[in-house]
Amino acid sequence: MSTTSPSTASTAATRPGPLLSVRELQVHFPTQDGLVKAVDGLTFDLEAGKTLGIVGESGSGKSVSSMAIMGLHRGTNAQVSGEIELAGVNLLDISADEMRRKRGRDVSMIFQDPLSAMHPYYTVGNQIAEAYRVHHSVSRKIAKQRAVEMLDRVGIPTPEKRVNDYPHQFSGGMRQRAMIAMGLINDPGLLIADEPTTALDVTVQAQILDLLQDLQREFNSAVIIITHDLGVVAEMADDVLVMYAGRAVEHGPCKEILTHPEMPYTWGLLSSVPDLSGDTGARLVPIPGNPPSLLNPPSGCAFHPRCPHRDKVPGDLCRTELPLLVPGERGGHHTKRCHLPNPDAIYATEVLPEIAPDLAVERAKEL
Amino acid sequence: MLAYVIRRVFAGVIMLIVMSIVTFALFFASPIDQESFICGKNCSAAQKKETAAAMGYDDSFINQWSDFAKGVVAGRDFPDDPKLRETAPQTIVRCEAPCLGYSRERGDTVTNLIKDTFPVSFSLAVAAFVLWMAGGILFGVLAALKKGMLIDRGVVGLSLIGFAFPTFFVGLLLYKFVAIQWGLTEIPRYTSIAEGGIGGWLSGLTLPAITLCLFFMAAYVRMTRSYVIESFQEDYVRTARAKGLPERTVTFKHALRAALTPIVTMAGLDFAGLMGGAIITESVFNYPGMGKLAVLASTDFDLPTTVGLVILLAGFVIAANIVVDLLYAVIDPRVRLG
Repeated sequence: MSTTSPSTASTAATRPGPLLSVRELQVHFPTQDGLVKAVDGLTFDLEAGKTLGIVGESGSGKSVSSMAIMGLHRGTNAQVSGEIELAGVNLLDISADEMRRKRGRDVSMIFQDPLSAMHPYYTVGNQIAEAYRVHHSVSRKIAKQRAVEMLDRVGIPTPEKRVNDYPHQFSGGMRQRAMIAMGLINDPGLLIADEPTTALDVTVQAQILDLLQDLQREFNSAVIIITHDLGVVAEMADDVLVMYAGRAVEHGPCKEILTHPEMPYTWGLLSSVPDLSGDTGARLVPIPGNPPSLLNPPSGCAFHPRCPHRDKVPGDLCRTELPLLVPGERGGHHTKRCHLPNPDAIYATEVLPEIAPDLAVERAKEL
Repeated sequence: MLAYVIRRVFAGVIMLIVMSIVTFALFFASPIDQESFICGKNCSAAQKKETAAAMGYDDSFINQWSDFAKGVVAGRDFPDDPKLRETAPQTIVRCEAPCLGYSRERGDTVTNLIKDTFPVSFSLAVAAFVLWMAGGILFGVLAALKKGMLIDRGVVGLSLIGFAFPTFFVGLLLYKFVAIQWGLTEIPRYTSIAEGGIGGWLSGLTLPAITLCLFFMAAYVRMTRSYVIESFQEDYVRTARAKGLPERTVTFKHALRAALTPIVTMAGLDFAGLMGGAIITESVFNYPGMGKLAVLASTDFDLPTTVGLVILLAGFVIAANIVVDLLYAVIDPRVRLG
């Protein structure tokens, strides 16, 4: 990476505090039927070199918040407020042109479906080189050379030949590798990967995740990985943020969230993951119902209409009052947005025996 | 690639042959009796028969068509009578291949008629094409960029008006006011480049070309607008923005490039259709092109001219189809290998 100009990743390393700091982010879309609150008060930090996994169902606000960090809601009717501080600069305060110059250089993004995310009429090399040339005034030839280097780095065989291919001549996995090359060519401090493996074959998914981890270490980038696949989160993330109806409902270190989740929605997500190595007696329990309408979100806790544990909460609290994002029972950096008392015990005695009986036995011994 | 072109051209030729048979058949099936048309009202039955024999109308459909086909390939004489060739060779008109027939009404071979009228129609088509493509794409992109705003509504509204007004009405309006009443342009009159130079050619073309282009421009504005709006929704346009490209590059290099493919296809076919003559515009401005010739030929029941024009126009459309398909491969790399 000696050829690139000083990047924000290195400047951020010398600056105290997190690389990315999001405070009370709101993204609202006025529509004819009313205001859609796609993201409503999202707060999180991300250190350089670390990975945050954002998990949730479709429509929970994962992608909308990442688009806000990229500044891609500018020029649309979206109302974005709050604070998105990247390496000390609030991205919501700067001009459209300043934001444009950060895009692709300080923060870049790779998308879910690499086939539709690449222009069908331009060669892969042209598109990657274009990403380099926007932010570096170099000749086409040098930019193309950089594209070949990057293709080589992401594991495309004979990159000097493949650089002249069109996206449709690449396989799905190779296209996603090319997208990653495009995303990292300017050595950005922050990389947002929006469901980077969802459109790929299962066999290719692991390769892509490995590649992302390797490159993250090499480039020391912070990564936000957006997914609905907890397997991906378990593999990649340092921190996990679970989103529901535009809000964070549980947030904490990855291991803590996966082993001691305290919010029934997270339990639901965990119950929906098939476990190949585990007990064959384990059940796959789907979350009942559908994600709520963001136009008319349920009162109180947005999850209460689908929550199987709401009767354990005294009174009508779940329906009437929005729970705050407060530290969980086990302390640390684990926060949750739920009224349920002693959730860890309920998880261990009621949920875990259903979805992973073997783990439940172990947990019972610990208790 | 070459095999593909050969296959397409071969299919095109077969289509042309079928077209010529169908046009012939239509004339045979029509209730008008050609020999009395030529011979006149007071013709006796015997005279009529004689006329039919002299004109070759008594021959079978197959024979008449094969004479025509022979003329296209090898040329033919009119009338094709060996006796006459010996006694009065000066009365015979030699029509060289490709001979599309001889128009008795116009006293000339169809090939010559087309040679005279084609440059007129072609000039008009080219001028209108340039105007409507430039205007259509420009205003279409503008409307797409300002979608929902006043400019967009204005452009869409105007194009609706352009689309709704019939060509003959717009043509007459322009002719009467711009050329005659206000004298802003000369009276439109076809002037070939050889005759009046580029300037003369252009000034003679201005009004007819504007008249002709308005209808197409309206359609192309709306088409470009909707294709560009559509391609702004594409994921690759979001990728282009995510790279940090300036909006200009996003619009023209990424969004418009994808929207152009269907526009080019349409444009090729529309242009080919116009090369066969713009019937209404040519009639309004009294332009001696193929459109006007087609109108005269069909009212005069001039079979050779009509068949010749139909086949020529069919040939243009078929050729344009092939060209557009080949062009597609140039524009869209996904077609190249598939």
